[in-house]
Amino acid sequence: MTSPLTARRATRIHPGQGARARGLIPYLLIAPAALVLGVVFAYPVASLVKESVSSPGLMGGTEHGLQNFAAVLPDPLFHSAVLNNLRLFLAVPVLTVVAVLLATLLFERVRGWRFYRSIIFLPYVLAVPVVGIVFSYILQRNGLLNEVLRNLHLSALTRDWLGDSGLAIWSVWAVIVWQQLGFGVVLFLARLSSIDLSLYEAAELDGAGWWQQFLHITVPYLAPVIEFFVTLSLINMLSWVFNYVFVMTGGGPVRSTYVLELLIYQKAFRDGLPNLAAALSMLVLAFAVVLLSVQSVLRHRIERMEG
Amino acid sequence: MRSTATGLVKQIPLVLVAVAILVPLYFLLVNSLKSNTDFIASPLGPPTHASLRAYQEAVAGRNVGLLFLNSTLIAVTSVAAATVLGALAAYPLAKMRFRGRELLFRLMLPLMVIPPIALLVPLYQVMSDFGLVDHRLSVILIYIGIMLPFTVYLLRNFFVSLPDDLIESAQLDGCGTFTVLWRVVLPLSVPALMTAAVVNFVFAWNELLIALVFLQSETSRTLVVGLTVFRSRYSLDVPVLMAGLTIATIPVLLVYLIGQRFLVRGLLAGSGK
Repeated sequence: MTSPLTARRATRIHPGQGARARGLIPYLLIAPAALVLGVVFAYPVASLVKESVSSPGLMGGTEHGLQNFAAVLPDPLFHSAVLNNLRLFLAVPVLTVVAVLLATLLFERVRGWRFYRSIIFLPYVLAVPVVGIVFSYILQRNGLLNEVLRNLHLSALTRDWLGDSGLAIWSVWAVIVWQQLGFGVVLFLARLSSIDLSLYEAAELDGAGWWQQFLHITVPYLAPVIEFFVTLSLINMLSWVFNYVFVMTGGGPVRSTYVLELLIYQKAFRDGLPNLAAALSMLVLAFAVVLLSVQSVLRHRIERMEG
Repeated sequence: MRSTATGLVKQIPLVLVAVAILVPLYFLLVNSLKSNTDFIASPLGPPTHASLRAYQEAVAGRNVGLLFLNSTLIAVTSVAAATVLGALAAYPLAKMRFRGRELLFRLMLPLMVIPPIALLVPLYQVMSDFGLVDHRLSVILIYIGIMLPFTVYLLRNFFVSLPDDLIESAQLDGCGTFTVLWRVVLPLSVPALMTAAVVNFVFAWNELLIALVFLQSETSRTLVVGLTVFRSRYSLDVPVLMAGLTIATIPVLLVYLIGQRFLVRGLLAGSGK
């Protein structure tokens, strides 16, 4: 932060420059980024708001009102899409718990930790289409997973993982977990690298076991990064899962794997109903704003509790 | 005795995760080296005659070279631009005092939440007004926009942690804002800059949706779009498809391996801790 003192010094150093011109510098530095953000976010969001409350009228012209929302909200496909996004939210606690445990094990430098650390992040850098196509071949009815199960004499467990309408979204769920796990592990491991090791030594002397140390030292120390990871992952499950569904199931079988993003894509680019797509987009934005607000309220409450 | 037992218990989850990660990758790699008959006979076994036949076929007759070039051009340009614009914007947000600073910075997080799909229809209108549909510039511009909130957020959080004394003494030596940024701030921020660049490159190289919608002709497509679109054509010869996927993966893998050592530190700075 620039102190008033620095500001005064700066005045002495650049006597030729007017205070007004100097005051403009931060804005000038921000301007190029702001321009791009304006084109890519501000204008489209403004246009979305407008389109979501407009629709082509019967007599030509444009009708304004909430008719797009009225059309979208009762749609069963919308309900199943919301439900699927909520199902994907369930991946977040799983990802978090598993990633924290794995990071803790790696931090303890168990045998082979370097090897594990180097491969655990690999899935995260692969393109979703690459991951999706590979898993399509693994999960299909005569795919690798079922063949392995049959060879292990577990034929009773074989399923049509992507072709069964009750299972498909959970298969997509598992692939997302597969790809995103490494990010959490790396993040938590980085945080642990700055922990004060004497905390563990003291706990050891007090006779605390592994679980007690994990719950009372490791987890509290990771708390701020866990919060960051949970927020980011929830956002991912809401706004960044299109590619998985598009590549692996295309929304099927029998429309059982639609998520909100795919529904927007369908309305905008297949059905030619951009106004409905805009209304749906507004709903997703509202959803995201609610998520962020809940997170910030929780954070304030926790901070107050901690004094 | 007890410690060996617990050591063994601790290996179990790691071994399971390692197997779960490596088997699909092995599946991808090993099948790209097989003949189609080999693949059908045993999708998991080693190739009877390992060959690069599938790679030759994946490249031959298709303009994989052109797709590769498109992906590279789009990824490199958008990452470079986003890093420069992001650093320029993040510096005043971190180290200068002006009206609206807090508000501007707080805008970055909500921008990261907006699903790109929601912006697609209006962006399509904007790009067709500019005459940029089916032009790589449209995708580059949108990628820069999507990268910027994260980049600004990460770099600002990193810049804040730099000591004010250094910047003040440079100013006392008569350095202007740009000189301070170029000579003092940026050289100290290499880990954060590398992190932003690696994360953004992985995003741009792997992105599907925007590239799919805006680049419709075969000559302007990216590699990932090409693979996704032509997937049905390869579906009778899985090894060729796997070879194509491997080719598309190598560049991100290289960038990740090079940037790996910065990634951890940089991401941690980005989380604001």
